[in-house]
Amino acid sequence: SDKTVKLWKVSERDKRPEGYNLKDEDGRLRDPSMITVLRVPVLRPMDLMVEATPRRVFANAHTYHINSISVNSDYETYMSADDLRINLWNFEITNQSFNIVDIKPANMEELTEVITAAEFHPHQCNTFVYSSSKGTIRLCDMRTAALCDRHAKFFEEPEDPSNRSFFSEIISSISDVKFSHSGRYIMTRDYLTVKVWDLNMENRPIETYQVHDYLRSKLCSLYENDCIFDKFECVWNGSDSVIMTGSYNNFFRMFDRNTKRDVTLEASRENSKPRAILKPRKVCVGGKRRKDEISVDSLDFSKKILHTAWHPSENIIAVAATNNLYIFQDKVN
Amino acid sequence: MFVRGLKRKCFDGEEDIEGTLAGIKAVPSYNLQRQSLLDMSLVKLQLCHMLVEPNLCRSVLIANTVRQIQEEMTQDGTWQMINAQNTGQASLDRLVSTDILCRSSRDQAEGKHVPAYGTFNKDFESDQAQDGSETMSTASSVQAPRNLQSNMWEEMENPQENKGNFQKSLDQIFETLENKSPNSVEDLFSEVDNSYYDLDTMLTGMMSNTKMGHCDSLETFSSPTNTASNSNCKSDLNDLDHIVEILVES
Repeated sequence: SDKTVKLWKVSERDKRPEGYNLKDEDGRLRDPSMITVLRVPVLRPMDLMVEATPRRVFANAHTYHINSISVNSDYETYMSADDLRINLWNFEITNQSFNIVDIKPANMEELTEVITAAEFHPHQCNTFVYSSSKGTIRLCDMRTAALCDRHAKFFEEPEDPSNRSFFSEIISSISDVKFSHSGRYIMTRDYLTVKVWDLNMENRPIETYQVHDYLRSKLCSLYENDCIFDKFECVWNGSDSVIMTGSYNNFFRMFDRNTKRDVTLEASRENSKPRAILKPRKVCVGGKRRKDEISVDSLDFSKKILHTAWHPSENIIAVAATNNLYIFQDKVN
Repeated sequence: MFVRGLKRKCFDGEEDIEGTLAGIKAVPSYNLQRQSLLDMSLVKLQLCHMLVEPNLCRSVLIANTVRQIQEEMTQDGTWQMINAQNTGQASLDRLVSTDILCRSSRDQAEGKHVPAYGTFNKDFESDQAQDGSETMSTASSVQAPRNLQSNMWEEMENPQENKGNFQKSLDQIFETLENKSPNSVEDLFSEVDNSYYDLDTMLTGMMSNTKMGHCDSLETFSSPTNTASNSNCKSDLNDLDHIVEILVES
């Protein structure tokens, strides 16, 4: 369910034991009185299988839907965040958690902002950030208080008055926040952009990347069909030089922070064969559409890439597109 | 009150829509747009309320949007202009409002419409006369979010801010509506099938089957009622009349 946290052990199995004494190969129990010979079971190879077994269940600490889980750098604790609260857990203790952030107002009618994502600092086990539906990020230090209602830093970009509309707040809502591997930057994803923030500068991001700005003129329709509430994730590559996030039509985007180049790729079986190099895609925003371009009106908004991941050290990425998981890697020469 | 019974197209980015709005003023006013957005938002909030596991973030964002619209309308004095005028004339404007709702901002940028706060006042004054008739529906709907919010967020017993008898009457209306059997609520959603859950399924179906610029699923959704759209509008209007009567009496 959306309010329980489970810890799973994921393991690979490529051998299985054969030759049990008390049960036959189908698993049926043998009659002990019929056994005349004892043997030692042996391990024989089998097809590789990945299995996940639940090892811990952390329940009953959340009233609202959990939006984030983040493991602390101490590997002993982790936090889970829902719309209004963030709880700190110890892996070994499943029936108790510490509440470290609580933004629930006394009168729920006064609720105007919720927590949307949270993450621990990659090295400092007392520091974490959480983002809100109003486009703000708060950095908190657990050493200052048990209940981190007061932030150590508050990141917010001033609103651009020329772009103001009734949808401004909705599209500023942050759907994901991620520390860089270095711990010096945070990246946030809102509906139309990805922003990189320097922890030392709270008043505006240092970089802003447009994911699909052509949707800015469609916000009304996207509000109507609820796509404007889609929550996209964003990820850093291992060296923090490239950032990636998903979009619609099974597209995902990568931005190189150094060269300032960006690319749009597609995760789709119809449009690329396995092991083939992905062809960059382009969305045509008006005027004449070139041969390989896709017009904004042809985009399929039911094909959204919300979840992406980047291997911490290799150039291997995972992209979730509807019911399929795609794994891509750098071309191997 | 809810103009969802009609065939709608999302016109973002489409080149030319004037031809399809024959007989209706081709340039929609900012007030109409705003009203449509308000209506749509209220419907969304209502539906949130009906879900077993409502998405709090989404509800908060929609409620904030409604509040923004409401505040802006309060500043213009729009929502205070309640009058007992027959809604018949307003109906055509209202029916069209969702058609023009999704104007592209290309049009907006070209100055045909003025969605941004900064340039709003200019258009408002010129449209005030025309839009007066629609304000009562605005008035009846702006107060809805407070009640919806409180119900949705499980704080039903808390008294709401008192904006006078008007607020109370509206609360009573919505409470009554909620307490009635599904059939009477469905009168408001007159184009919808016979249960909450069908509406929900339909809308969920809409969400998972969307294509920009065509709103195919929306058209499918409303097409069985096309021939009956007039009577649906009438029942909408009857409800609106009823609500207005109550407001005026208070």
